[in-house]
Amino acid sequence: MKRHLRLALALALAGMLCDIGAAAFAQEADAPPRLHWSFSGPFGLYDQAQLQRGFKVYQEVCSTCHGIKLLSFRNLAEPGGPDFSEAQAATIAASFQVTDGPNDQGKMFKRPGKISDYFPPPFPNEQSARAALGGKLPPDMSDLAKARSYEWGFPRFIFDAFTMYQEDGPDYIHAIVTGYEDAPAGFVLPPGGQYNKYFPGHGIGMPKPLSDGQVEYTDGTPATVDQYGRDVAAFLMWAAEPTLDARKRLGFQVMVFLIVFTGLLYFTKKRVWYAVLDDRDLEKPRAPTEYKS
Amino acid sequence: MSGHPIYEPQSAFMKWLERRLPIASFAYSSFVVYPTPRNLNYWWTFGGILTFMFGVQIITGIVLAMHYTPHVDFAFDSVETIMRDVNYGWLLRYLHANGASFFFVAVYVHMARGMYYGSYKEPREVLWILGVILFLLMVITGFMGYVLPWGQMSFWAATVITNLFSAIPVVGSSIVTWLWGGFAVGNPTLNRFYSLHYLLPFVIAGVVVLHIWALHMVGQNNPTGVEPKADKEVVAFTPYATVKDAFFIGLFCIVYAWFVFYIPNYLGHSDNYIPANPSQTPTHIVPEWYYLPFYAILRGIPNKLLGVTALAASIIVLAFMPWLDTSRVRSANYRPLYRQFLFIFFAAVVGLGYLGSQEPTGGYVIAARILTIYYFAFFFVILPLLGLFERTRPLPNSISESVLRHGVPAGASAPSPGVHA
Repeated sequence: MKRHLRLALALALAGMLCDIGAAAFAQEADAPPRLHWSFSGPFGLYDQAQLQRGFKVYQEVCSTCHGIKLLSFRNLAEPGGPDFSEAQAATIAASFQVTDGPNDQGKMFKRPGKISDYFPPPFPNEQSARAALGGKLPPDMSDLAKARSYEWGFPRFIFDAFTMYQEDGPDYIHAIVTGYEDAPAGFVLPPGGQYNKYFPGHGIGMPKPLSDGQVEYTDGTPATVDQYGRDVAAFLMWAAEPTLDARKRLGFQVMVFLIVFTGLLYFTKKRVWYAVLDDRDLEKPRAPTEYKS
Repeated sequence: MSGHPIYEPQSAFMKWLERRLPIASFAYSSFVVYPTPRNLNYWWTFGGILTFMFGVQIITGIVLAMHYTPHVDFAFDSVETIMRDVNYGWLLRYLHANGASFFFVAVYVHMARGMYYGSYKEPREVLWILGVILFLLMVITGFMGYVLPWGQMSFWAATVITNLFSAIPVVGSSIVTWLWGGFAVGNPTLNRFYSLHYLLPFVIAGVVVLHIWALHMVGQNNPTGVEPKADKEVVAFTPYATVKDAFFIGLFCIVYAWFVFYIPNYLGHSDNYIPANPSQTPTHIVPEWYYLPFYAILRGIPNKLLGVTALAASIIVLAFMPWLDTSRVRSANYRPLYRQFLFIFFAAVVGLGYLGSQEPTGGYVIAARILTIYYFAFFFVILPLLGLFERTRPLPNSISESVLRHGVPAGASAPSPGVHA
């Protein structure tokens, strides 16, 4: 009893120390709301219509400043993606001017994009982006949905391993798009910054990118900032992880195999050990593979 | 114990081979009839799990190396090409990255089992020291592997860890320049880390052979810590240990697959999906989770040289456990006080791991210092003193006795040598 008391005291002390630390370093940005995503959970896959809408939002709004240089136009027509036809992907590619060359004269030249080309960056280099945008550098969005997260802290991060929560990237992107607000009284914004309640430190360089009705949806989906945020975040998740559908499908097969196989191993083990552990009796005759004593 | 059966070649070819290279009889005596205590519990399957994970890392690593480009301008994009365009490249990379984590899960359980059951004690000191060397090699290999994707955390982890050597007086900064191959972490650094990340696993393989050799010299420890005395107390490695190991490897793989297929980035850091940028420091540099306890020890100490010394000492001290522990009783099952202090030690390591993941401010630093003091006090004060003052429970006379008396209070058996009055 006394021992348990000592252990409990030690744990309580350790817990107190952690709490002091936690209080001293509280999260300053709001936690992004956790949304429902079609691609969450063990069977969750991308919603093709949503990826197409998200691509539309990206193309009409985000692509002015943010590139997706790791993606090729062919990816748009690949399985598990937005499911455009090859002809549609080729049309999208042709709407971009791509730098090619050098040609016979040794000059670089522009030509319409082909399906095998990669998305050309909105700015030729970092300096030209900074020059055009008042010193700001918009990040490339190819991996953005995996390159952003939110520290949920203890004990939430433990539950997240069991509930398979892996959507903090898209949740964060949606939160940023919808998180623009007037700065509270007394908050000093950095020059050229906007107030965003989900951005760490709140002073975000990007002006409010979306407003209701800005992008036209033809499938009856509400044209709201919230919906745009969901769609573009889903699109960016696909851009960062185009193999998610294949991963979930293979994962299910592997899981079924492993569970059945491990079950068989369990019964094999019981059978093999039966002769040895039966009633824990050492004098019982053992399997013929055993040594003779 | 009487000798166990020897291999007798049956076919003409095997007889011919046996006279020239007795590899079949070697394999037979090492992996088939090798006697293993019959009372081993499932904590003993983690050696097999480690061997399996090592194989997974080697195979996935060799294929990944076929597609990876060790150059600061191309490394990040080549990893992305693996993820996007190489057939099943995403699977290989997620298996390898999560495989490193699960390799460490298995090695920590393996080490904890050794500490609990006193597997480091006479005559297994060399076996244990080889294990500590393997752990050290794993730490170095894992760190270098983490640098290869050349994301922000890769770059800054490489910067922080290599800079630790600058704490060495007089020659520190020269050593750091030598490690970098330049005056900052750059292309030569990435190249040599890649080379060493490929080399060190084969060094590990060599030490694993020594580790298993030493194991087969002294035999396995068991939950009672009492050596097997009769043939009936041991079973043949095959099929008994192999099928038991295989079952637990299967269970382990289910958890591993859970991470690989459903939460593959859970154990990583999102900043590592941002390409390395030497002019932008991440707000919060953290190593992979399996280094966090050691990172907390390093940061808890205000003096850099002392911090680095403590970091190194926290691993090296393990090698001295056989001599720091003065008790003659192996298994913690018969050492009530050691058992408690050991569980507090495990809790302290987990606590240090949590603190290592947090910002080093205020209460976190104080808590890390308290736990660091306990970490070292466990080895340098508690272990030596316990052997002198602890009143241990009576040991069973043999494994058979402990098995047969299963459920009977241990105190009912006669006191045996090794018990301190």
